[in-house]
Amino acid sequence: MTTEPVRLRRTLPRLPDRFAAFGAVLLLLIVLAALFAPWLAPYPPDELRPLEALLPPSAEHWFGTDSVGRDVLTRILYGARTSLVIAVAVLAASATVGVTLGVVAGYAGGLVRDVIMRVTDVFLAFPALLLSLALAVVLQPSVTTVIVAIAVTWWPWYARLSSSVAASVATRSYVDAARCLGVPAPKIVLRHVLPNSLTPVLVQLSLDAGGVILTAAALSYLGLGAQEPAAEWGLMVEQGQDLFTTNWWVVTFPGLAILLTAFAFNVLGEGLRNALDPRRAVIR
Amino acid sequence: MIEIRDLRVSYGERTVAAVPELDVRAGECVAIVGESGSGKSTTLLAALGLTEGARVAGRVRVCGVDVLAARPKELRRLRGSRAALVMQSPQAALSPTTRLGTLMSRALRLHGARRGSALDRVMAEAVEAVMLDPAVLRRYPHEISGGQAQRFAIALAIALGAGVILADEPTSALDVTVQAEVVGVLRRLRAERDLALLIVSHDLALVSTIADRVLVMRAGEVVESGLAAQVLTTPAHPYTRELLEALP
Amino acid sequence: MPRYLARRLGQALLVVAGVVTLTFVIMRMVPGDPAVAFAGPKASPEELAAARARFGLDDSLPAQLWSYVRDLATGDWGTSLRTRRPVRDDLFAAFPASLELVGAALILAIAVGIPVGVLAARYKTKFPDFGVRVGSMLAVSVPVFWLALALQTVFASNLGWFPVAGEYDGALDSSSPLTLWTNITIVDALITGNWPILTSTLWHLVLPGLVVAAYPAGVIAQMTRAALIEEAGQDHARLERALGFGETSILTRFALRPALNPVLSLIALVFAYAIVNGFLVEAVFNWPGLGRYAAESIRSLDTPAIAGVTLLVAVVYVLANLVVDLLQGVVDPRVRAR
Repeated sequence: MTTEPVRLRRTLPRLPDRFAAFGAVLLLLIVLAALFAPWLAPYPPDELRPLEALLPPSAEHWFGTDSVGRDVLTRILYGARTSLVIAVAVLAASATVGVTLGVVAGYAGGLVRDVIMRVTDVFLAFPALLLSLALAVVLQPSVTTVIVAIAVTWWPWYARLSSSVAASVATRSYVDAARCLGVPAPKIVLRHVLPNSLTPVLVQLSLDAGGVILTAAALSYLGLGAQEPAAEWGLMVEQGQDLFTTNWWVVTFPGLAILLTAFAFNVLGEGLRNALDPRRAVIR
Repeated sequence: MIEIRDLRVSYGERTVAAVPELDVRAGECVAIVGESGSGKSTTLLAALGLTEGARVAGRVRVCGVDVLAARPKELRRLRGSRAALVMQSPQAALSPTTRLGTLMSRALRLHGARRGSALDRVMAEAVEAVMLDPAVLRRYPHEISGGQAQRFAIALAIALGAGVILADEPTSALDVTVQAEVVGVLRRLRAERDLALLIVSHDLALVSTIADRVLVMRAGEVVESGLAAQVLTTPAHPYTRELLEALP
Repeated sequence: MPRYLARRLGQALLVVAGVVTLTFVIMRMVPGDPAVAFAGPKASPEELAAARARFGLDDSLPAQLWSYVRDLATGDWGTSLRTRRPVRDDLFAAFPASLELVGAALILAIAVGIPVGVLAARYKTKFPDFGVRVGSMLAVSVPVFWLALALQTVFASNLGWFPVAGEYDGALDSSSPLTLWTNITIVDALITGNWPILTSTLWHLVLPGLVVAAYPAGVIAQMTRAALIEEAGQDHARLERALGFGETSILTRFALRPALNPVLSLIALVFAYAIVNGFLVEAVFNWPGLGRYAAESIRSLDTPAIAGVTLLVAVVYVLANLVVDLLQGVVDPRVRAR
């Protein structure tokens, strides 16, 4: 029964540490680069200049040029747009679907919950990249395909997460009270259940963004995503891979861009989780 | 065996325990009483140098070791082999994946014992001294009762030959009948082995049955101290009276 | 325990049933006519009709699903449109190599991840911890296909320290042919004492193994660190401290075992992840496993083959989860008591 000071845990959320702040700054830079790509980029992204093909990094072309003479730095800046658009679209779609189903399942309980959760179990039985891969093969290769294919594999995580939160909220006394007063169920869900699910979902979203970017890049690398002449990092690695030994820059820089973006999201996500939701598991 | 002078434990700006003087001699039992947050557990942990993250000032000598100045190695030798801790929640205080015997044997070997039949004998004797069946040594913490776990914690101290036992609310997580058992064991061992006991409790009934002297703490300060019989029958401080009136 | 086991098995079966259905649905979404893909673009109407009848494409969807399930159960996983061989035989030939790669990578990841996690927990908020945090974060953020290309270019193509591609030196097939028992090269070489192939395989495993191990090693290190720090804050750690145990021995001898539980369930997740990540790595290193098979099937839109790979990996994943759940009983006596 003692609540002696030695046992006193810090109950206030700690501020995100410096490492997480570093991730946030890095991410901010990437977002700015994506937003202002047309102004920052030194060259047009699609202009072919065969005479300037495969130039090594220099003052004119910081990251060199690719096999058809396009500036690698320019294409990396534009590629940031593609990656971020994919990440935002996938996460928005899967969180919307997942949280809706999860909250309904958690609040309704019983048979509804069982059915929804068994369906999520099935989706969760596929490693995310595998199911995306199968779907991406079936659909026509494009950025939209990548978004759809990843979102289909990602929503169950949000369903599972929010259903457990919703189930615990649904048994609290103020929800009981609201129900007894005759407040309609949809209103209870919107007023009480949904807001309580948001913090863990937000934390999960920030943790997931890195994974989405890696998966999207992998699909494009396999030729199932963005197509020529789009500027996409995974695609750039695929196009340059045979030139790696002779022209290292065409592969190295796009790969580093993927690494840094995923790293920024992961670091920020970890920091947010430590600050807001310290008891959640490290990864999926 | 325990000698505390001008102890001051603080977290940041806040002082959570200030004890001007506290002595426990061999064969003696001293109790610190007070409500939750009064700083009594902190005082006890400070005696073993276990107050992580706190600033501790003053002088603390336990079995001749200056706890605040001791090097980590000296401190680790003191802990267990000479001064042992008994904690409030008996099962949570035992590692869930370690058999009781494994824990005891590791602790004994840490303090110099060798594996072998002599070790087994020491372990069996210690367990029997607290009236447990030596078969508990093969069990996991979740397979025994709270009273058994608490007696096992005492057996650990006995096996290690500790002359000082520091007990933090040793009975508050137990049923009334089991409480009596544990207190009985402590009293008997104190008499048999000349143990020095420092007990922290909010249970004045328990304290009156075992303690020679009492320290009353409130909000980190010692408000009254003296012989148990005297403090508990004719309390000088209003707070002590309050505590006594709260008794059933 | 037996009841728990039965319930767990029932759940797993249900999930497998769902997996089969979902795979079927996805494969029905393929644009174009599978009969055309099988019979070829120049097929006569009669040939097309024969192909349609052969694959049961004229039946209703539920009937097709039912015959699909029946075929799967009797071991008929369809015929690959590309290799024209039964998908099951193709998978059987390719899976052992994947298992070898992923198995080696996971062993490496565990051997690195757990000690590194312990190190970070021991020196929490100090320099080693920071190093582990940054390192593990980089390991989980790196695109595998790029890491594979980079290591291959630097250490194989440029420096020549390791072989560029393949599972072992093909010339050894004639000089010291391998007797197959398990189809897992490294195991067979070990059983039959075929040292040339064994060392060659180990040598070929280094680079792809490192790449596949990066992600699991990173998450295992993070999870071990987090679980240990939590466990070392429990009451029992204070008693152990009071008994005179040092921080390192509290972590490794008392906290590690309960902390391994979450790490174990993580390994099941990571196992499946590693197989799929392995697909990308196999493509780069030309490793003769499922990944290369899947990549080639994807390129030729070979739906039965893709369905086979998807099903196989999902089932393996369900099994891995089951095994881990049972292993948890071994590690943690409290789970056994359920």
